[in-house]
Amino acid sequence: MSIVVREISKSFGEFAALRDVSLEVPTGSLTALLGPSGSGKSTLLRVIAGLERPDTGGVSIAEEDVTAEAPQRRGVGFVFQHYAAFKHMTVYENVAFGLRIRHRPRTEIRERVGELLRLVQLEGFAERYPAQLSGGQRQRMGLARALAVDPKVLLLDEPFGALDARVRKELRAWLRRLHDETHTTTVIVTHDQEEAMEVADRIALMNEGRIEQVGTPRDLYERPGNEFVMSFVGPVNRVGDAYIRPHDLELCSEPNGSTQEAMVERLVHLGFEVRVELVRDDGTRLSAQVTREEAAALELDVGQIVYVRAVRQTTFTS
Amino acid sequence: MARYALRFAGLSYLAVLLVAPVGLVFWRTFEHGLAPVWHAVTTHDARHAFWLTILIALIAVPANTVFGVGLALAIVRRRFPGKGLVNAVVDLPLALSPVVVGLALLLLYGRLGWFGPFFERHGIHVVFALPSMILATIFVSLPFVVREVVPVLREIGTEQEQAASTLGASSLQTLVRITLPAIRWAIAYGVVLTTARCLGEFGAVSVVSGHLVGRTETATLYVQDQFEGFDLTGAYAASVLLALIAIATLVAMNAFRPKEATR
Repeated sequence: MSIVVREISKSFGEFAALRDVSLEVPTGSLTALLGPSGSGKSTLLRVIAGLERPDTGGVSIAEEDVTAEAPQRRGVGFVFQHYAAFKHMTVYENVAFGLRIRHRPRTEIRERVGELLRLVQLEGFAERYPAQLSGGQRQRMGLARALAVDPKVLLLDEPFGALDARVRKELRAWLRRLHDETHTTTVIVTHDQEEAMEVADRIALMNEGRIEQVGTPRDLYERPGNEFVMSFVGPVNRVGDAYIRPHDLELCSEPNGSTQEAMVERLVHLGFEVRVELVRDDGTRLSAQVTREEAAALELDVGQIVYVRAVRQTTFTS
Repeated sequence: MARYALRFAGLSYLAVLLVAPVGLVFWRTFEHGLAPVWHAVTTHDARHAFWLTILIALIAVPANTVFGVGLALAIVRRRFPGKGLVNAVVDLPLALSPVVVGLALLLLYGRLGWFGPFFERHGIHVVFALPSMILATIFVSLPFVVREVVPVLREIGTEQEQAASTLGASSLQTLVRITLPAIRWAIAYGVVLTTARCLGEFGAVSVVSGHLVGRTETATLYVQDQFEGFDLTGAYAASVLLALIAIATLVAMNAFRPKEATR
């Protein structure tokens, strides 16, 4: 059940949200639309769902052109950032909604809802109202509700954006496991590159209404196509025209031909890793990443002078 | 200290301006026991007046509820030219004196009015008859449902409706299963206010009804009539009954309201 987006443009008044965007989401994949806010990722997702009508271009789902179809007839499951829970219905009624609209027999609905509530670990909560659930539980209910109608594709719009960091991490891992079991073609919108890298097998990185690059998380990280991709998918130092990842900076206690002098300004201990904030004579700042052992071996301390060398750097010819 | 002063001022204001007059009416009504009151409100004219008030409310309230919900949906969910104007015009009945409304209706439907002759030719008496009284009441009680529902519709947003549509619900199914349940308490409040306004309407109806005793006299007009005819017991008794009906509407609405919605 692939998704094909062809040359979509969409403006809101003067603001061009999408500019001639084309994208293919292969069957069974979990693709992330990643980008800063205002990059058009949510608009693209809503165009796929039919909640937004594109100015030009088309959308196909499972080889069928659905550009003119209403959201009701596209066979998509949609999960909203702020849950969009039906507040006057119980968890059971929320999940059963799509099945009741389809006039499925009562016994079938009961079985299917029970099965889904088990899947999202909300078995004991069927009679509760959304107001009595935590954010994470509400979003799991939203997922069950979307999955109930056996959608051809599952679309998630910043599904974990409103949750705290710990719950977000749990749900991410859980979503990945769910996808590995069901293999439903899934598109997830996120502004968090770590989330995209962790959960998706493909990432489409968006910026200012365009797709900058599509590829596996590793592709984007190791072979970024331009400066924007380079700096969005991970922390980066810019020295002249060169971009250097913090873990590609080597720190030495003695100078050797190719090194440059810098002073340790700040040390941030992040468990296994230590982030070293450096400042050079000319005032440029660098951020290096070393392991705890390396930091200990160098006896790093604030104010200390170290010698820095780039192991690997990337330049873009534009 | 300032807190107590403020509280005292607030309560005194309520006591002097609201509780005292209403309380006095109740006290004067039952001064001589229940029998005279019962007798006063069960005369033929009194019964007819109350029946007419209730009949008008039974037509005006549903009409304004359906129209009010539809208009609120249009104002909040749709874009159309002249929306700002519509939004402003809805409040007109609140700003306009009911007497002016009554006169306007006379100008339109009276014997020399624009539409009056047309209806007369078809044998329909609009002015000095039930139709104009219903029109006047609908006019003055129009804004309440709209004004209660609009802010709630804004607050609930469109996400639930969008979720319903991605789950396969048609626009009508979404309206019935999602939107209406979400705004039901706003509608209920609007209905209570509309009902109260309909029961209490005096000015506009007074102008268009012609005060025909036993025929076009509503409860409020009846109270005035009795008062001017020095039948104070009749006037007070009818007033109290009118107030009780309004209070009963409020209480009924609150009784039906589940605990879940009061949070």
